[in-house]
Amino acid sequence: MPHITLTEGAPGILGPMLFRPETAKPLNELAESLLRGPNSLSQGERELIATYVSSQNDCFFCQTIHGAVAAHHLQGNETLVAETKRAPENASISAKLKALLAIAAKVQGGGKHVKPDDIERARQQGATDLEIHDTVLIAAAFCMYNRYVDGLATWAPHDPNVYRQQGARLATEGYIGSTERQRADSAAQTV
Amino acid sequence: MAYIHLTEGLPGIRALFDFRPETAKPLCALADVLLHQSNSLSRADRELIATYVSSLNDCYYCQTAHGAIAAHHLNGNENLVVQVKRDFTAAPISDKLKALLAIARKVQTSGKQVTTEDVETARRQGASDVEIHDTVLIAAAFCMYNRYVDGLGTWAPEALESYKPRAAVVAEGGYNRIPSDVRAHAQSSTGSTSHTR
Repeated sequence: MPHITLTEGAPGILGPMLFRPETAKPLNELAESLLRGPNSLSQGERELIATYVSSQNDCFFCQTIHGAVAAHHLQGNETLVAETKRAPENASISAKLKALLAIAAKVQGGGKHVKPDDIERARQQGATDLEIHDTVLIAAAFCMYNRYVDGLATWAPHDPNVYRQQGARLATEGYIGSTERQRADSAAQTV
Repeated sequence: MAYIHLTEGLPGIRALFDFRPETAKPLCALADVLLHQSNSLSRADRELIATYVSSLNDCYYCQTAHGAIAAHHLNGNENLVVQVKRDFTAAPISDKLKALLAIARKVQTSGKQVTTEDVETARRQGASDVEIHDTVLIAAAFCMYNRYVDGLGTWAPEALESYKPRAAVVAEGGYNRIPSDVRAHAQSSTGSTSHTR
């Protein structure tokens, strides 16, 4: 049971987003900019960073939905998503992404955990200032989204197919408007 | 010095807003809704929650900047800000705010730490669903802002006095003006950039 009264059947963050559209708007705009805006990091790479941090924070909803978005961008490769969550250093990903995930892991522990050596390693693998910035902010932002979702004890579906379907939709249609799509779905269900 | 090339003279998160205007806009819009726009929780109460979480995360820039904004809303009562940071349970604040700060403290560790009892305690002190929601999201958001500021090694002025003029501007005018303010500063500083470490 969520800690506050939320629309029944709205999964994860969509419950509090429907509850408080004033904050849903900047929260969705931030996710859109970080995960889908023009960037030298691919959408698959950025979703993997989001998924990895969410798994470090043990947030079931966020790691599952963003893992599904990542898999959609990676031609359905759910194994790569699972490998990245389990042990990024051994996953079949670029050395640059490994270095960025190491920075993200430090950010998850605390901003001060990031050390010059972590940045140097990423630079040696070709990471730019913007890529380092975005990695830190994606990791920091998911330390927010994860706490928001679990701190209000929101409901999460368990059927993997629900996440595959919603993940594909987020990957193609984006985060802006996702709350409105859920509002329409919830209204349709209650009719 | 910061881990990436930032405009010199802009403290803390302001340098990052200048570096990446695309993300500055939603980050400031979120802070404005949570901390400045109308709410049954006072601006002072909300800034105290932000300050307290930032102090738990040991983020010097955020706890000092938001502590100064909180003090501005509290008619300059810096002592109360210090008391809340040190031990809010003994501070002269309402029982409702104490119950909300207890929830914020749980969120700072992890969302899963918040229990039904924590929420029930806040309700008994009169907290509404929106107030509980906003407390959780303010605490969660500062777990983001704090990591963003410290994770990129930004510069923070030490003296509290230097935070007061900016605090007064934000306390009165809100957060949505910050991106254009930092833009104006960056343009007037003739493009000088700091060195990365």
